[in-house]
Amino acid sequence: MSKRLFVKGNEAAAMGAIEAGCRYYFGYPITPQSDIPEYLSRELPKLDGEFIQAESEVAAINMLLGASACGVRAMTSSSSPGISLKQEGISYMAGAELPGVIINISRSGPGLGGIDASQSDYFQSVKGGGHGGYRIAVLAPNSVQEMYDLTMHAFDLADQYRTPVMVLGDSVIGQMKEALVPNPRPVRELPAKEWAVRGKSGGEQRIVKSLFLGDGELEAHNWRLHAKYRQMMEKECLSEEFETADATLLVTAYGSVARIAHTAVAMAREEGLKVGLFRPITLCPFPEEALKAAGQRAGRILDIELNTGQMVEDVRLAVGSGVEVSFYGRPPGAGSLPSPEELLDQIRKHYA
Amino acid sequence: MRHDVLIAGFGGQGVLLAGNVLSYAALDDGKNVSYFPAYGVEKRGGTANCTVVIADGAVGSPVVGSPSVLVALNQGSLDRLGSKIRSGGICIINSSLVDATTLKRSDVKLVSVAMNEIATELGDPRMVNMVALGAYAELTGAVSLEALAEALKAALPERNHRFIPANAKAMESGARSARGE
Repeated sequence: MSKRLFVKGNEAAAMGAIEAGCRYYFGYPITPQSDIPEYLSRELPKLDGEFIQAESEVAAINMLLGASACGVRAMTSSSSPGISLKQEGISYMAGAELPGVIINISRSGPGLGGIDASQSDYFQSVKGGGHGGYRIAVLAPNSVQEMYDLTMHAFDLADQYRTPVMVLGDSVIGQMKEALVPNPRPVRELPAKEWAVRGKSGGEQRIVKSLFLGDGELEAHNWRLHAKYRQMMEKECLSEEFETADATLLVTAYGSVARIAHTAVAMAREEGLKVGLFRPITLCPFPEEALKAAGQRAGRILDIELNTGQMVEDVRLAVGSGVEVSFYGRPPGAGSLPSPEELLDQIRKHYA
Repeated sequence: MRHDVLIAGFGGQGVLLAGNVLSYAALDDGKNVSYFPAYGVEKRGGTANCTVVIADGAVGSPVVGSPSVLVALNQGSLDRLGSKIRSGGICIINSSLVDATTLKRSDVKLVSVAMNEIATELGDPRMVNMVALGAYAELTGAVSLEALAEALKAALPERNHRFIPANAKAMESGARSARGE
């Protein structure tokens, strides 16, 4: 067994970025993700990389756009209000088909809200976020190990599909410490970046842009972006199931609350209740097919989130009208994190 | 094997460091561990707590509603969290600052350790967190005192390693006090 480190989720994400070959980071501090820039400000210079504390979130995302246009692996990170500020840049990156990784260690809202664990940014993350109609891949780690592994994976997805990729966590996942085994990056065949700008080095001119004025040009571009999303839907869905084979009630949850739900499901099993857990790991593309199979097998779903009900809409769309879908939510704020016992109560209540 | 503990006090009592040292000790022992700090707008003098889960298998939830052990370093922590202890669990209080009679629970084993006095006697009242850890290890067997002392190397920055022998002694004193010696 390789050595197990004991680190925060935020640090694990930063370490995963470095292992993935990211050498450029641009960001602006905000709780609860500042351990990421803190770590990278210390480590990137040692690797001949570049760490820039930008003057604002807007500047940081545009620095990411610029670095990515040059063909290098680069990243930014922030938390909910800061991610809102970055949305214009993310839209431009999606339009220009630029890879890049954005980590959102989200906090509670709306507005300034608070710093507590939250899943209120689900809609913003998976439905586009910025203007213009696009989708980016969104990964939802539920452990320190996954913060590391999925950040590495995010870079590969970004390069493979030429798209921004978001890693979505919260203060539970970001601030928690657990064992981390720093695995090397899995090998993935990736296309050469033949689109990246290279200055006046000769050869054919390359232009990175999101402006398409020719007759029919933008419509075709939109369909091309959509085709990439469909391709991701086909090939890149990730999910995890626990005790779902004979379950008659399926709990759906992602990220931090999936950890709490996991224990609640295990407690329910000890009481003899046939309950299972389905955890989407990719929130976009949403693992529709796997959820449909597990949901229809169980016949009944209890969706649990740290908000007033967001992913539950995608759960309903995935399983169709034949499956009864209920929702239990704790909107974020100080003292709102549910305990396993509280979720067990909900499981008992919804168990037929 | 599964242990979970909520360590609580006021900011500055070393509650988070105690959680870290305990975690490193269990990790070194090959266990799975989660360390989850209460993450609010904490400050010196305010409240601080952390939850540590130690398990042979998967940790599951890092958030624990009813901990099997509460270590309360100040009165406010006992007042706020005493009711959460799992029935049949243990409540370790810092009797230097906490009034034992305020825990109105007959289903919980109460252990009083005069942590401030013990730490002060050993030369530094700031070692109150290490006294608490020693008492916890003694009462639960979650980790050994040797593993805790060893874990200080990983949990403390190099420049503070000169304090390790004194801190290890504080752990031993905490364990002795918990044994009723």
